[in-house]
Amino acid sequence: MIEAHNLVKTFKDKKRGQIRAVDDVSFSCAPGKIFGLLGANGAGKTTTLRLLATLLKPTSGHALVAGHDVLKSPLEVRRNIGFLAASTALYGRLTARETIQYFGRLNGLTDSAIRARTKQLADELDMHEFLDRRVEKFSTGMKQKTSIARTLVHDPAVIVFDEPTLGLDVMAARTIVKFVRDCRDRGKTVIYSTHIMSEVEKLCDTIGIIHGGRLLAQGTLAELKSTYQQPDMEEIFVHVVTQIKEAA
Amino acid sequence: MNTHNIFTVYTKELRDMLRDRRTLISMIVIPTLVMPLILFAVGFIGMKVVKKARAEVPTVMLLGAADAPGVRNALAAFDEVRIVPETADWKQRVADKDVRAVVEVPAGFEATLAAGGEARIKLYHYEGELKSGMALRRLRTFFTDLRAEMVETRLTERGLPTSLVKPFEIEAQNVAPPEKVGGNAIGGFLPYMIVILCFTGAMYPAIDLTAGEKERGTMETILCSPIGRLDLVLGKFLMVLTASVGTVAITMLSGAATFMIAGSLMGGAFGGGGSGGGGGGGPLPLLNPLGLIGMVGMIVPFAVFFSALQLSIALAAKTYKEAQSYVSPLIIVVILPAVIGMLPGVELNAKLSLVPVLNLSLVSKEMVSGVFNWGYIALIFGSSCAYAAAALGLCVAMFNREDVIFRT
Repeated sequence: MIEAHNLVKTFKDKKRGQIRAVDDVSFSCAPGKIFGLLGANGAGKTTTLRLLATLLKPTSGHALVAGHDVLKSPLEVRRNIGFLAASTALYGRLTARETIQYFGRLNGLTDSAIRARTKQLADELDMHEFLDRRVEKFSTGMKQKTSIARTLVHDPAVIVFDEPTLGLDVMAARTIVKFVRDCRDRGKTVIYSTHIMSEVEKLCDTIGIIHGGRLLAQGTLAELKSTYQQPDMEEIFVHVVTQIKEAA
Repeated sequence: MNTHNIFTVYTKELRDMLRDRRTLISMIVIPTLVMPLILFAVGFIGMKVVKKARAEVPTVMLLGAADAPGVRNALAAFDEVRIVPETADWKQRVADKDVRAVVEVPAGFEATLAAGGEARIKLYHYEGELKSGMALRRLRTFFTDLRAEMVETRLTERGLPTSLVKPFEIEAQNVAPPEKVGGNAIGGFLPYMIVILCFTGAMYPAIDLTAGEKERGTMETILCSPIGRLDLVLGKFLMVLTASVGTVAITMLSGAATFMIAGSLMGGAFGGGGSGGGGGGGPLPLLNPLGLIGMVGMIVPFAVFFSALQLSIALAAKTYKEAQSYVSPLIIVVILPAVIGMLPGVELNAKLSLVPVLNLSLVSKEMVSGVFNWGYIALIFGSSCAYAAAALGLCVAMFNREDVIFRT
């Protein structure tokens, strides 16, 4: 379960002064559901997710991840979260097995538990062929599978995806999308951020449209279509953002 | 603080680094192979040049030989120089290295001496030129002996003892112990080398584990895992410290082995004196062993200081190149006090004991010479530990700053 309440994050910028990267954002996502965070580049998606993953501290507001407060128990939050982003790379000089082992140990797993988990993940993701090869020699698809295994090694209750298909080819992107669905089917709480409308339509149970750090609209695809009287996600997004711009 | 996590990060970083060709080259290959090769090559070439210069009989021109047939004959019989005919362009020929030195005998030289008068012989040479310098030394020896012979003849002719002009002998004897001699000879150079190695050994891993990770995107990956920032910093810091101390240790061991082997192969030419040094031919046995151990002990807080400082600075950069441009110029700041410590006359005192790097340089020089000023040693070790702790504190603080970690 994820509950974000009035999250605010401000940064100081030398040129632009105080910036509200996340502005009063509230939403929730239940286990077995996917919450899609849809927004253009610079809308505040990554900052919001970094607040949930305790990489950043909120300026105000609070959030609960798997029952743990992001401010009071950041380590507990990270023990219960898997974070996969286009920006979370792998160590090139480690093998896939060593990568899984490293993150397993940091998550407090015993060596025997890591061995069992590695086998299970390698079976599921078809990784046995390259498990003992160094990541630097991997294709994009192999890297994606290793990243997924790294994210899932501790079997987290909550999984956060920050534009995971960014820069991937169709086949690698499909691997990710399939993996996200699998997570939901296993009862995980999933947050999925993207600027690709089709992914949101295909994957998400609830969608939040974020722009200028503010969550402008949220609901199921059907609810959003009904509220804004638009035929698809792209039209809904453009409609909502344009409304805000006109109001400003 | 979670020691399991620190150890996990450390072992991962160590494995990662040992698989990196650049680290292996800078930390192991250069100290163990390149440095000894350079030392051997420099020593070998130097010895060859000196040997060749010594073997050559230098050409010498005698000006005003007509008035000094005795000098000319004696010089012609002196087989350590070769007389060439007098020419007007003698100065140019010295500059062209065609003639190594020129002797100018004044007009009426021998007649003046016979009359009991004074005369001056001038020796012309080319300053800084090795073979010209050797010719000058040989000519000095020749004329000093000639003068002594003349004095002795005069005294004998007058029935006077030679002790009349030499009432007593002068004999210089060294009372400094061999390790003091060795300490003075290389005691200043050793800490200078160590400071540089300590700094450069930490440089590459410090940059790679901070700005390098930010640039590659692995920093965010590790920050997502349930590891405290302090544990992460300490794991990375221990790796950088290992690289720093490892580079120093490998280079020192390799250097010592090179000097030992070179000393025995080249007949102690590298030595710097072998009297009472315990044999071996190299200079290392001449250093105080307790001083060497003490110096190693003093290096540890410096390695901590350099490692933590470089980690902090490199972390502020967003790319590897940017970090390099921040950290590389620091070597000048580090070298300067180390060089000051090598200067003669700069002595350790309470104020200088608080100046980082300079204090290490000065105290190491003393310790390897067998001088142990425990008050200063304690002050230097204490202040170095304080600087190291401050640098480590800064490093932890930097890792906790969002604007530093997520600077894009």
